[in-house]
Amino acid sequence: MMSTWTMKRRLNTALRYVLLTVAAVVVVFPIYYAVATSLFTAPETLLYPPKFFTTRPYWESYREALRRAPVFLFIRNSFLVSVGVTFGQLATSSLAAYAFTFLRFRGRDALFFIILSTMMIPWEVTLVPNYMLINKLGWVDTFQGLIVPFLADAFGIFLLRQWFLTIPHDLKDAASIDGCSDIGFFGRVVIPLARPALGTLAVRRFLTVYNQYLWPLLITNSNARRTVQIGLAMLQWDESVAWNSTMAGVVMAFIPTTIVLMLGYRQLVQGLTAGAIKG
Amino acid sequence: MPRQQVVRISRTRRELLRFLQGIAYLSPVLVLFGVFIFYPLVRSIILSTFKTDLLGRPYDFVGIAQYRQIFNQGFGRSLIITLEYALITVVPEIILSLMLAVMASWSLRGIGLFRLLFSSPIGIAVASSSVMFKMLYSPNAGVFNYLLRLMGGSGINWLTNPKWALMSVAIVTLWRQLGYDTLHLLSGIQSIPAEIHESARLDGAGPWAMFWKITLPMLSPVLMFITITSTIAALQSFGPINILTEGGPAGATRVVVYSLFREAFFNYNFGLASAQAIVLFLIVLVLTLLQFRRFERSVFYQ
Repeated sequence: MMSTWTMKRRLNTALRYVLLTVAAVVVVFPIYYAVATSLFTAPETLLYPPKFFTTRPYWESYREALRRAPVFLFIRNSFLVSVGVTFGQLATSSLAAYAFTFLRFRGRDALFFIILSTMMIPWEVTLVPNYMLINKLGWVDTFQGLIVPFLADAFGIFLLRQWFLTIPHDLKDAASIDGCSDIGFFGRVVIPLARPALGTLAVRRFLTVYNQYLWPLLITNSNARRTVQIGLAMLQWDESVAWNSTMAGVVMAFIPTTIVLMLGYRQLVQGLTAGAIKG
Repeated sequence: MPRQQVVRISRTRRELLRFLQGIAYLSPVLVLFGVFIFYPLVRSIILSTFKTDLLGRPYDFVGIAQYRQIFNQGFGRSLIITLEYALITVVPEIILSLMLAVMASWSLRGIGLFRLLFSSPIGIAVASSSVMFKMLYSPNAGVFNYLLRLMGGSGINWLTNPKWALMSVAIVTLWRQLGYDTLHLLSGIQSIPAEIHESARLDGAGPWAMFWKITLPMLSPVLMFITITSTIAALQSFGPINILTEGGPAGATRVVVYSLFREAFFNYNFGLASAQAIVLFLIVLVLTLLQFRRFERSVFYQ
């Protein structure tokens, strides 16, 4: 016979699952409802009381979204920009972090402080002059206009430096006795050892850049360069596009980030514990 | 040449080489920061003290006149709205993500799935979530009003009633931030040594007491961190406002970044926009300095 103790324990576990499920339903509901709506017909999106699911998915709404806007082209643009910024930042940040960890030179700490201080400058503060600059360079509606301003970032440098600090300096001494140059040590030892931190940074950056809205809104004006977030907002402003097609666009736009999130979940969590966050 | 001098020269040369090597590694970052952060920051300050033409060229120094002008034109209201927006976003955001994080820290079978679900808003961009919520907020057939009516209330004009618009926009930001905050707090909870909870349990502490006496105090650095970063993020909000309300109704959601965006790119008053930007900068600066003071210890004295 079950003891009251095990009964209580089981009840407790069941209660916990109920709470978890309720919370998960609330958090995920907007995403679920976007997916569900994308499979309704246009009249079904206007029904009251609203429908919450369908047994006969209507795939035509995806075709309609693609007819209304070149969603795949927009996704490709976002993808290119995100990948470009991510790899660029990995390169610039790891070089800088290397200098701040393994090289000794005059003014190093002052430079580190100056670079960290850029974290205090919200990007919107420099929006107007940056827009003018990009305009002057003739970079409006170009990929370089979308990518180059974001190629360096203090947070990335900071995160990588924290990681590099855990690599023993003896390794470097041993390497230089063996005649290994700094750049060789950087490329053959530090970068491979820092792979987890680079992964964390890559996932974070990809998601952040894919998410950008204000900057691409300002500097893109053709479909050939428009990123998907701007494209979606356009789809939504067009009164003649029904909710099912708009949501089809939304769903297509979040597929890449959802994949990145699922593949990179571990990296993302690791970075939170390894990085700046621990007090 | 005396020997000592030779040594000294070669030493300064070595030092110079080392310096140049360091700068070489830093050069991409220094150039990019110079061009896209420091130069524009100085430029913003200059623009905020000059009258500018339609192309944004400064032509007449006016000192702080433009700062006075923005406050005369209702920028003070924008600031208050922005702070209110930050408050109604961040406070519930912290409470809810703390609840989610505690639940996600339970050791149960399949908890990994719940963790992934709780962090799923991270995968949805701000613009996409705004579009999703716009549908949910729809006054007639929208789900939120349907649920309100189910519970015996009446529908709300979420986005067109000045009383609710700011909250409606805040909910979108809050929902999206939940994912990150929960992950942060969860990793904070998991880094609390298990022995502390174990010994408290042996002393007869219940789960409630353990939460208030152990988990919460041990989490305070993480809580502090996400409070400040979320506040800064809220102060910079733009996407949901541009997509959902365009600053309306009647200016009820005209937050600072939206206001400076309109000033610069619709009215072409680059000077006034820059003055607003500098005020935003000063506010964020104070908040970040608060964060840095705490930061410093973990960065430099590890």
